[in-house]
Amino acid sequence: MSQGDVARAAVPPPGVTSARRLSSLLSARPRLRLSLLLSAPLTWLVLIYVVALAALLVTAFWSVDSFTGELNRSFTLENIREITTESLYRTVTIRTLTVALVVTVVDVAIALPIAFYMAKIASRRMQRILLIAVLTPLWASYLVKAFAWRSVLSDVGILEWSTSRLGLESPGYGLVAVVMTQAYIWLPYVILPIFAGLERVPDSLLDAAGDLGASAWQTLRTVVFPMLVPAIIAGSIFSFSLTLGDYITVNIVGGANQMLGNLVYTNVGAANNLPLAAAVALIPVLIMIGYLSVVRRTGALDNL
Amino acid sequence: MRTKTITGRRVRGPGMALAVSSLIILAACGGGDSDDSAGGPPTKLGENESKVSILAWPGYVEDGSNDPKVDWVTPFEKETGCEVTSKAYGTSDEAFNLAKTGDYDVIAASGDLTARMVASKEAVEVNTDLIPNYEKVYDFLKDQEWNTFDGKHYGVPHGYGANLLMYNADEVKPAPTSWKAVFEDASKYKGKVTAYDSPIYIADAALYLMKHQPDLGIENPYALDEKQFAAAVDILKEQRKNIGEYWADYLKEISAFETGDLVIGTTWQVIVNSIDTKKANVKAILPEEGATGWSDTWMISSKAKSPNCAYAWLNYIDSPKANAAATEYFGEAPNSEEACDFAADKSFCDTYKAGDEEFASQLWYWRTPVEKCLDGRTDVKCVDYAEWTKAWTEIKG
Repeated sequence: MSQGDVARAAVPPPGVTSARRLSSLLSARPRLRLSLLLSAPLTWLVLIYVVALAALLVTAFWSVDSFTGELNRSFTLENIREITTESLYRTVTIRTLTVALVVTVVDVAIALPIAFYMAKIASRRMQRILLIAVLTPLWASYLVKAFAWRSVLSDVGILEWSTSRLGLESPGYGLVAVVMTQAYIWLPYVILPIFAGLERVPDSLLDAAGDLGASAWQTLRTVVFPMLVPAIIAGSIFSFSLTLGDYITVNIVGGANQMLGNLVYTNVGAANNLPLAAAVALIPVLIMIGYLSVVRRTGALDNL
Repeated sequence: MRTKTITGRRVRGPGMALAVSSLIILAACGGGDSDDSAGGPPTKLGENESKVSILAWPGYVEDGSNDPKVDWVTPFEKETGCEVTSKAYGTSDEAFNLAKTGDYDVIAASGDLTARMVASKEAVEVNTDLIPNYEKVYDFLKDQEWNTFDGKHYGVPHGYGANLLMYNADEVKPAPTSWKAVFEDASKYKGKVTAYDSPIYIADAALYLMKHQPDLGIENPYALDEKQFAAAVDILKEQRKNIGEYWADYLKEISAFETGDLVIGTTWQVIVNSIDTKKANVKAILPEEGATGWSDTWMISSKAKSPNCAYAWLNYIDSPKANAAATEYFGEAPNSEEACDFAADKSFCDTYKAGDEEFASQLWYWRTPVEKCLDGRTDVKCVDYAEWTKAWTEIKG
C-alpha cells in the first residue's frame, strides 16, 4: 500500500459543526433556502407596502366625528356606499381615467418615433446626445415644470401669443392643459422603455423584411410593432399610473377641475376625514390592480 | 443684532440649567396649587419657564429666519427669557389635529377653530387681568362669541380682516358694488371668475342669499338648515360654470390677476396690496351685502407645559408694537388703536380699516358650522362642517 492510499483512506469525516449542519440542511431543502434569502426584502416590502395598503383598506371602513375630529374605529360601510353611489365620485373617476388614458396615448404617440430614431437611425454619438436630452428634464423639479406650463398656458403666455397669429386659441387652464402638462412631465418615462425595447429588435430582422419586399410601413406594422408591444405597455404603466394619482398639476393648470387625487387631498387636509380619503384612494388602487393584471398576461412586466 | 442673540443664548446656557432645576423643585412644591386652580384660570403668575411652543398661521411668529428684517420674537425672548419654538399650519383643521398632540402651549386660532378647541377641552380659560395689554384692545373685538364662551374668556384677540371683492377695473365695467358680480352676473366674465377654495366659502353664498332672498330666512351665514344650505350650494354650482380657477394659495391669485387670467373674485387685503398695479389695475371693495372675514384669537392649551411663558406671549403679542409688526406683516387690521402708531407704513390702519366699527360690523367672522344652530334656532338642525366639506367637493364637481 502506498502512503497516498493510506492517507486517502484515513481522511477523517468532516467535523459536524453547526455551520456545516445548516449548510447541508439548506442544500437539501431548496424551499427553505429560498425563503431565508427572500425574508429580508419581503419583510421590508410587507411592512412598507402591504401594511400601508392594509391600513388604507381598514381605515376606509372607519368614520370620523365631525365636530371633535376623533376617529371612530368601528366598522361601517358608509364611506364605500358614498363613493359608489354618489355621482360626484363617478364623474371624477371617469374624468381622471380619461385624462390618464389621453396622456398615455399622447405620450406613446410622441415616444414611438423618437425612440425609433434613437434606437435604429441615429449614430452612436447622436444616440447618446438624444438619450441625455430625454433624461435632462428629469433633473428639474416637477413643480418647476408644472409652473412653467402655467405661464406658457396663461392668457398672456407664449402659447396664446403664438397661436393667436395662426388664428387659433390657446386652450387656457383646464383639462386640456392638464393633459399637455402631464404628457410633457411623464414623457421620459415612456420613451425609455420603448427605446430599450427597440434596441432589442435585431437590425437583421428589418433587413430581412426589406429583402423580402416589405415596404417600410409593412415592416413597422408586422415586424417591429408586435415585438414592441410589451415595451409600449411598460411605458404606459408609468404615464397611466402617475397621472392617475396626480393632484398637483391639476391644481396648477387645471382651472377649477378636480381629479381623484384632489378629493383625497381635501379629505385629508380641509375635511380631516381620513376614512373617506382612504376610501377614495382605493379607487385608483383598484384601477391599477385591474390594469396590471391585464398587462401581466402580455409579459410586459418583464420589460420594467 | 444676530451675534448678540447668539452670545446672549450662550450666556443663558448655565442659567437655564439652573432655572430648569429650580423649576423642578417648584413643580414638586407647587403640586397642590395646581389642583386648587384646576377649576378656573390662575389668579397670579409664577416665574417664567425657559421656553414656549407656539402653533400659529404662517407669518404670525417671525423670528427673522424667513426675513432678517422681520423679527418680533427675539425681543420677546430677551425680555422674558422664554425661548420660542413655533410651527405654522395651513388650515384650521390641521391646526386642530396638531393642537391635540399637546405639544403646543399657545395656539393662534380663527373663529372656525376656537369653538372646537373649547368643546374638546383643548383650550383653557384665560384670566385677562394677567394680561395688561388686553386693556388696549378694541372693545368690539372683546367678549365675542368666538373668543368668549359661557362668559369666560378663552383667549385674547390678535387681528381681523375681511374677504373682499377684488376686480380688474380695466375689464370689469361698470365697477361692481355687490357680490352679485360673482354670482348672478358672473357669466359676463365666464372663465375669469375666482373664489376661495375652502368649504367655508359656502358662507359667502349664504351671506349673499341672506340679503337677496329674504324668504329663505337666513340669519347667520354659518347657521344654515337643510333648505338654506341647499340654496347656497345651488348658487355655488351655478357659479362654478363661470369659475376660471379657485384659489387657496394667495400667491396663485396674485399671479393670475397680474396675467389677466382672472378678473374678479374674493380676496384678502394683503393680496390687493401685493398685486403690481402696473400689470393689473385691481381694486377691492367691501360690497353692499357686507362680507365674511376672520378674527383670530390667541389661546392657551390645556396641556401647556409653560403656562407662565404662554401668558407672557399673550401679553407680548397684544402689545401695540408687537401686534402692529405681526398684523402688518400678515396684512390684517391690528387689535388696538395704539398699534397704528407703531406701523411702519403710516397708512396701515387706514388700508385695513382698523377700528372702523362700521366696517367691522358688516363682517361675518368665520365660525365653525355645527349641528346646533349658531343663530339660536332650536326647532331645526343646522348643517355641520363635515357636510359643508362634502358639499364643497360636489360643487367643484
